[in-house]
Amino acid sequence: MSVHTIEAALSADKPSFHLEEEPHHPEGSSTMLGFWIYLMSDCLIFAMLFAAFGVLGGNYAAGPAPKDLFDLPLVALNTAMLLFSSITYGFAMLAMERGKVAQTQTWLAITGLFGLCFLGIELYEFAHLIHEGATPQRSAFLSAFFTLVGTHGLHVTFGIIWLVTLMIQVAQRGLVAANKRRLMCLSMFWHFLDVIWIGVFTFVYLLGMLR
Amino acid sequence: MSAETAISPIFGRLTWESLPFHEPILVGTFAVVALGGVGLLAALTHFKLWGYLWREWFTTVDHKKIGIMYMILGIVMLLRGFADAVMMRLQQAMAFGGSEGYLNAHHYDQIFTAHGVIMIFFVAMPLVTGLMNYVVPLQIGARDVSFPFLNNFSFWMTAAGAVLVMISLFVGEFARTGWLAYPPLSGIGYSPGVGVDYYIWALQVAGVGTTLSGINLIATIVKMRAPGMSLMKMPVFTWTSLCTNILIVASFPVLTAVLALLSLDRYVGTNFFTNDFGGSPMMYVNLIWIWGHPEVYILILPLFGVFSEVTSTFSGKKLFGYTSMVYATVVITILSYLVWLHHFFTMGSGASVNSFFGITTMIISIPTGAKIFNWLFTMYRGRIRFELPMMWTVAFMLTFVIGGMTGVLLAVPPADFVLHNSLFLIAHFHNVIIGGVLYGLFAGINYWFPKAFGFKLDEKWGKISFWTWVIGFFLAFMPLYVLGLMGVTRRMRVFDDPSLQIWFVIAGLGAALIAVGIFAFLVQIAVSIKNREKLRDVTGDPWDGRTLEWATSSPPPAYNFAFTPVIHDGDAWWDMKKRGYARPTSGFRSIHMPKNTGTGVILSVLSIALALGLIWYIWWLAAASFLAIIVTAIAHTFNYDRDYHVPVEEVRQTEDERTRVLAAAGV
Repeated sequence: MSVHTIEAALSADKPSFHLEEEPHHPEGSSTMLGFWIYLMSDCLIFAMLFAAFGVLGGNYAAGPAPKDLFDLPLVALNTAMLLFSSITYGFAMLAMERGKVAQTQTWLAITGLFGLCFLGIELYEFAHLIHEGATPQRSAFLSAFFTLVGTHGLHVTFGIIWLVTLMIQVAQRGLVAANKRRLMCLSMFWHFLDVIWIGVFTFVYLLGMLR
Repeated sequence: MSAETAISPIFGRLTWESLPFHEPILVGTFAVVALGGVGLLAALTHFKLWGYLWREWFTTVDHKKIGIMYMILGIVMLLRGFADAVMMRLQQAMAFGGSEGYLNAHHYDQIFTAHGVIMIFFVAMPLVTGLMNYVVPLQIGARDVSFPFLNNFSFWMTAAGAVLVMISLFVGEFARTGWLAYPPLSGIGYSPGVGVDYYIWALQVAGVGTTLSGINLIATIVKMRAPGMSLMKMPVFTWTSLCTNILIVASFPVLTAVLALLSLDRYVGTNFFTNDFGGSPMMYVNLIWIWGHPEVYILILPLFGVFSEVTSTFSGKKLFGYTSMVYATVVITILSYLVWLHHFFTMGSGASVNSFFGITTMIISIPTGAKIFNWLFTMYRGRIRFELPMMWTVAFMLTFVIGGMTGVLLAVPPADFVLHNSLFLIAHFHNVIIGGVLYGLFAGINYWFPKAFGFKLDEKWGKISFWTWVIGFFLAFMPLYVLGLMGVTRRMRVFDDPSLQIWFVIAGLGAALIAVGIFAFLVQIAVSIKNREKLRDVTGDPWDGRTLEWATSSPPPAYNFAFTPVIHDGDAWWDMKKRGYARPTSGFRSIHMPKNTGTGVILSVLSIALALGLIWYIWWLAAASFLAIIVTAIAHTFNYDRDYHVPVEEVRQTEDERTRVLAAAGV
């Protein structure tokens, strides 16, 4: 459908009430918008968890406080893992734009590995905290902490499952339009998780140490 | 069920005692439902309808059929929700002077909880979503929604939530907490049974459907409008749907999050809403109303759209103040986020916070009032036809204004301190929900039924339904205003003061009249189907409509429009008729359409299994069905062959048939 004909159809002197040609909406034209709106709804879930942490984050119930628990160098390393994974995902997208399947797959694999490292460090941190008696049941602060950070970790987990699925699909069909669209969606999802983590790092860990 | 009961590795905490054999009312209900269910299944098998239902309905991605399925779900659940209402009215009319009534506390508390939950989530929401699903794509000249599979999936998730609530009636119990399940009452300490878990998982499962359908309709309205339809040329119903779906996407995640936190408290033992270890029950109340207040606007806004369409069509005039109508809708959308605290002025937030929320609440009545005046001015000097949709609209304006005024009254914090939690509040919100949402739904159903099925609804039974509903409403709820002013609180099972009884008896009579109204509505549909040839409309435009949905046939073909329409005016179809539009009868092309899929049904069934596993602590079932959901969802993404082309031949055949019918009718 060329713009020209729509303009002609809309012109007032010789009104036309329908288009002669199909299709008006190319396939997948709403996907990016739809996925973006989904991300915003997910963002609201995180907003609620941040709000809960904001309200309950100081309620230690005579239990351990952030200063007693957090190991900032470890969290900094973890943050670096996630930030690097965002960069490598960006490289994967650049390779995809150039139509290079092998390169795209390589960068996706590296992204997945960074993601796994992030999860590994997070699980180590959780195990360590629980071992020290700082369980989610100990205080409202720890409930809110584990839920917020854990929900983010769960998202990363699903992101990795999705990433592996897409790598298989790219291997099967190459960089067809549908796969490119899917990679774009996962890209938004992955960067979104990065942004959320910046919030977690700042509000939970850094500001927590200042409480 | 005590917490000490051992949990079986196979059946979790499900035992024979979970079945309510000791409640004769439930056993009786179960017998009737089971017999009816078996009869229905037998009939479907006998007439070999399973294949037809599966291929044409369950797996459909056609927004029109999905819309109709939503409506059927809503109407079926209305019967359940109303049965609860009648039981409450009967109990309250009886339980005086030492009488305990006929419901024990355990049962009665479940009934008022289930009534609220069902009416909001499984009656009002499906009916509203059904209307939007059916009408919006037609009004904007689209072939379907943006994500047709997602639409099917959303419906089945909503249905799965409804199924869970129905299962709770016969297996275990439902929550006894009131429809918002405030902790600490809904915490594991005070509600150790399965009731609150049924509540949580029914809403979580249905919530997935609602959120996704919201995303879908926003993308549809933003991206799929026919050429020429700028935002300010969209029909008002599409506008209100857009705002509603924005509200859905911006509020349902809040509900998801807050229920997730409540389940963590119940399952894992965290301390979000507990009284000890630093938890805060009031945070739950805040969070859930941040969802809850936008929710009531989610329900009412689309119906404001219906009233706008109906008033303008049946007055034969362009809607008065279209622009102000749009802005009023948007203002209501925004303000609905700034009022949630008026649900708990008594919490003790202090005078300044209460004043802020009291004032924002009162401000909402300004755009709403503007809407009422717009409808009145549309009617002014119009040629009003008092068909059924218009009757419901006029009844709405009279009823809703009363509810709006009592709402402004409740928005005054000092007054609210007196009326909080009283029957005055109950009367107020039924006044706006029945007088607004329900009347609007009846207006919408009577208005668009001919579009969906090709024949009008019977007028005689429609009028009987109308008058019994309207009179029944006033009879049932005006006494509650009186009782509330006298200080009677909500959710009471027995009463001491015998002087109050007469008001409850009157309210009970009102409920009986409403029962007649619902029955008459069902008869109206049955009679209309029987007399469908007499009520047939072949033009596709039985009301002399103004918007695009009336431009196509009734019922519309799967592809809605043979050619994508081009819009020049806000009332697009009116404009086309006025300027001598001729329906194209040649030059058809093949049409690109999405394919049906059964994945939505499968995921929905698995979600029910997952929820039951979690509710009954049957961990293997929960784990297995969760895994199955992931695998099914991933497997679905390996299917790249999701659409097809309706061949030119088929389009030509359908359209030629319509040309013949129109010619035969002399249109």
